[in-house]
Amino acid sequence: MTDSLAIRKFSDLANPTRFLAIAERVLPWLAGLCCLLFALGLTLAFTTEGDYQQGDTVRIMYVHVPAAWLSMMCYSVMALSALGTLVWRHPLADVSHKAAAPLGAAFTLVALVTGSLWGKPMWGTWWVWDARLTSVFILFLMYLGLIALNRAMDDPSRAARVSAVLILVGFVNIPIIKFSVDWWNTLHQPASVIRMGGPTIDPEFLRPLVVMALAFTLLFFTLHIMAIRNEIWRRRVATQRRMAARLAGRGD
Amino acid sequence: MTALLLRDLKLSIRAGGGALIGILFFMTVVAVIPFGVGPDLNLLSRIGPAIVWIGALLAALLGLDRMFQADRDDGSLDLLLMQEHPLVLTVLVKCLAHWLANVLPLVLASPLLGLFMNMSEVAIGAVMLTLLVGSPALTFIGAVGAAVSVTLPRGGLLVSILVLPLCIPVLIFGVSATYAAVEDPAPFLPPFLILTAITMFFAVLGPAGAALALRNAGD
Repeated sequence: MTDSLAIRKFSDLANPTRFLAIAERVLPWLAGLCCLLFALGLTLAFTTEGDYQQGDTVRIMYVHVPAAWLSMMCYSVMALSALGTLVWRHPLADVSHKAAAPLGAAFTLVALVTGSLWGKPMWGTWWVWDARLTSVFILFLMYLGLIALNRAMDDPSRAARVSAVLILVGFVNIPIIKFSVDWWNTLHQPASVIRMGGPTIDPEFLRPLVVMALAFTLLFFTLHIMAIRNEIWRRRVATQRRMAARLAGRGD
Repeated sequence: MTALLLRDLKLSIRAGGGALIGILFFMTVVAVIPFGVGPDLNLLSRIGPAIVWIGALLAALLGLDRMFQADRDDGSLDLLLMQEHPLVLTVLVKCLAHWLANVLPLVLASPLLGLFMNMSEVAIGAVMLTLLVGSPALTFIGAVGAAVSVTLPRGGLLVSILVLPLCIPVLIFGVSATYAAVEDPAPFLPPFLILTAITMFFAVLGPAGAALALRNAGD
């Protein structure tokens, strides 16, 4: 019973009008909660003590780590949407992974830039060709390639199906990024928050980090839903323009 | 299937260009390097394996966009899509034909370029062996890119952008296996076996992805 209910809810979403109605209701709450968490997270980030070795630069972590997590989560969301496109032909999934690609590229860029700013005082260099850094850079290039592919095709539904295939093939990169610090013993530190046997990071730093991670996640979903909504509106405008042009042609 | 393999081979050999241009491009890329880094033979012999690998990678990407596009232009792609054999197998055969016609000549040309780069016999042999094992993976990955951009009028550049990031693991393990063969302490076998595993992995994933993309890209 619950299963069929879930499926019904899920296919309800396939109707763009219904999605827009839900988005209308959910968005203010999401955005409000996101702002609240950001306010809390940023206050925590700036009021907690700095690291005894790293000083104030440790605060970069509160932006860098959530952005890096998000860059991977965004790709996972895109891969799920790509499955939705190819397996269930869910019409919103097409829009979803198209809308997520620029967001993912932005989060990856933030992670790379903040990492670079953090690396300069800590490692003494802006960039090293370390396994984690390189694989995240590849992720960035893949996002840009997907955006370019989407732009290159005229027909949106065909572009969606074709880029869905590419997203799924590119998903092999995600485990490589996640485990790159364990497989290759390089400069970037290994995982210290989500690991077997509990986090090794001090609670002093963990609290703001978790709040910021939640805030970033909510920010992603808020922007994602807004981007989907914009894309639906954009397609409707395009369709109406085409209809108007056809009607004008008939009138002559 | 054999007929398809022979047809593709004949087409790429007789239609002019294909393989020969690939080798020429490969040689040009490698020949340009000494102008950039200077003609220091010691330096060249040290970076030689990496240069040959990168040159082969770029040259292998060169002919990829024609893999399915030529078939689409003359309509035979529709016939391939409609036949009873599983499409994955057809794509696999097309990949093999492409590899035999365009990439195998690169592998065969690599010892000559290794000589230019002042590499030792062991290094030349290792580069050739790793290229032989690793380059099919490039073709299989490239097939996905080629299938994805089959309907685009000028997809060549886009294919390269899409495919290159995925080719990086092949490059990493190919080059590291070659260096392991030259420098004694590092063992040769582990990176070489990983390279083999990557090729086999993409031999499954590549044709499957390309077949999926071809079905969806058809108009």
